[in-house]
Amino acid sequence: MAILFDQKTRVVSQGITGTEGSFHTREALKLGTKVVAGVTPGKGGSNFEDTPVYDRVIEASEKQGANASGIYVPAAVAPDAILEAVEAGIELVVCMTEGIPVLEMIKVKQALKGTTSRLIGPNCPGIATPGSGKIGFIPNFTLSKGNVGVISRSGTLTYEVLWQLTNLGIGQSTAIGIGGDPIVGSTFVDLLELFEKDAQTEAIVLIGEIGGSAEEEAAEFIKDNVTKPVVAFVAGRTAPSGRRMGHAGAIIAGGKGASEEKVKALEKAGVVVEKNPAEIGKTIKTILDQSRRKK
Amino acid sequence: MTMKIHEYQAKKILRDYNVPTPRGEVADSPERAKEIASSLNTEVVIKAQVHAGGRGKAGGIRLAASPEEAFVVAREILGMTLVTSQTGSEGKRVRNVLVEEASPVGKELYLGLAVDRSRHRECLVYIASEAGGMEIEEVAKTAPEKIIKAVVHPASGFSPFHARKLFYSLGLAKPLSKQFSFIVKALYHLFLDKDASLVEINPLVITEAGELIALDAKINFDDDGLSRHPEIKQLRDEGEEEPLEVEAVNAGVTYIKLDGNVGCMVNGAGLAMTTMDLIKLAGGEPANFLDVGGGASPEQVEKAFRILTSDPKVKVILVNIFGGILRCDRVATGLIEAASKIEKRLPMVVRLQGTNVEEGRRLLQESDLTFEVAEELYQAARMAVELSKKS
Repeated sequence: MAILFDQKTRVVSQGITGTEGSFHTREALKLGTKVVAGVTPGKGGSNFEDTPVYDRVIEASEKQGANASGIYVPAAVAPDAILEAVEAGIELVVCMTEGIPVLEMIKVKQALKGTTSRLIGPNCPGIATPGSGKIGFIPNFTLSKGNVGVISRSGTLTYEVLWQLTNLGIGQSTAIGIGGDPIVGSTFVDLLELFEKDAQTEAIVLIGEIGGSAEEEAAEFIKDNVTKPVVAFVAGRTAPSGRRMGHAGAIIAGGKGASEEKVKALEKAGVVVEKNPAEIGKTIKTILDQSRRKK
Repeated sequence: MTMKIHEYQAKKILRDYNVPTPRGEVADSPERAKEIASSLNTEVVIKAQVHAGGRGKAGGIRLAASPEEAFVVAREILGMTLVTSQTGSEGKRVRNVLVEEASPVGKELYLGLAVDRSRHRECLVYIASEAGGMEIEEVAKTAPEKIIKAVVHPASGFSPFHARKLFYSLGLAKPLSKQFSFIVKALYHLFLDKDASLVEINPLVITEAGELIALDAKINFDDDGLSRHPEIKQLRDEGEEEPLEVEAVNAGVTYIKLDGNVGCMVNGAGLAMTTMDLIKLAGGEPANFLDVGGGASPEQVEKAFRILTSDPKVKVILVNIFGGILRCDRVATGLIEAASKIEKRLPMVVRLQGTNVEEGRRLLQESDLTFEVAEELYQAARMAVELSKKS
């Protein structure tokens, strides 16, 4: 089953002819992803390898049945690309672009309300369902099919954890990076809800970081709504307050967003919080073995 | 990231939006301070211009009754190193002072506008308090009942009732209504026009004459919006930033200097923070946060390496790269280039994984670089910490 991305997912790459778009579309194709179309305004009618390129997203959806989009365009045009995909009725819109102004994202989120589209990102590594394919940057070799759902605010740290799981023989149902910006399309809570309902997912790994309150919100939700085991890691325990660590999200402002509060909230919700991310894989393995034995 | 500006620059922007502020100008010498004081022709206040709060307590804000006194006070403040609760122990050198008319004291309010990023909100929110002049985070902690909020729906934007909500909740006197609403609305437009991330008037003073005046102001900007506001971008004061951090910004990498001796170079913000956490867990202290980014070129890696090694505290270097978009061979090429140009040789632990890792490792092996190889993340941290204790 997995969540959001499965065998029926047909992908259009927006910005397919750009450096990032072309590289990562090729990688997705290697993984067996059904990339059915590309969009680059002005380049409609051409081909990217065997994939047709269109001027507009609506053509990709009408002619090729695209129902998911990967956005690999520069920040200045990314909000426009998201809105175009939403208007074309694309169900899953995944935006990798970094550097979209916060005020633009506030407008985009407003425009999403009442539509059938779900946005992942921006400034995120994307989504992957091993066995079905991927959108975005997650390296193919880190992935393997299985029963652990992974959600993260980080990019490379997600690859690190996925690779660790894969090396231990623990496959993933779906892995999603929600993005490091202050305002993102889908939050931990949105995705926890889907993983809880997904029959394939037996356990969940949640990778948070300092700043904001997404982890506290996740903890609150887990307490009452998630029955599956959750293992978490919060990056930035040693980060000094008041300094942004790369992600706009990663700042401790006036004590708020500090890792101790997040860890406390998660533990109170019954989540196993690892201090050392190198231990996540082993912990998940123990938990899976225990819950399987019970059944 | 967020860009900070000085108080005098923030007040200039407020004036552009017709928000009343005390008359005044910035000075970089005692002579200039004296001139400004004499043209203001009244008692003045001399305020150190640094990107940090808590200036008053640290002696960075003082009164002067005459132009001659302004000269003396400015001479004392200019060049002093101000250590406040927000500067860290090394403090900040004062290079400019704001000389402005001393305003009559009165009731002090707080008025701010910020982004509320909590789930299902994602909008702007006004924050007001009768406890002006204090750090608002402190008020929120000690007297949360004194914090008043007005949430601005992103679809409808500012509406006059937002101002009324704040006004009546603060219990202000009726004659102030018009002025107050004007200022509340002005902040909204300023925020949107300039891609601000925080606009704060603290304190907003009610004078005995019944006038509202912005006595101190702070405006931060969304870095991601700067490309469309060249007039804001040029307000950046590199002199307020750590020199190595400025160099990093220009090289396109994110670097934040810390106090430890294990220098680290990592790709990705989350992994970079995790690497710091693991250095601590292994009993060491990270010297910095350094994210070379996703698509780093060998040149960027080289510059990052240069920045790392120019911090005299660094005793050992830990390179932790998980190649996804970033290819390990590019990292190796950059490292080799950098090391060949830099004389200072420091012990180095390299941990490479991911895209083109074999090629990257081969390049490193064949170079004349000396380094230790780690396979796992925590192992790399432990090795680096051990080396830092030896040297």
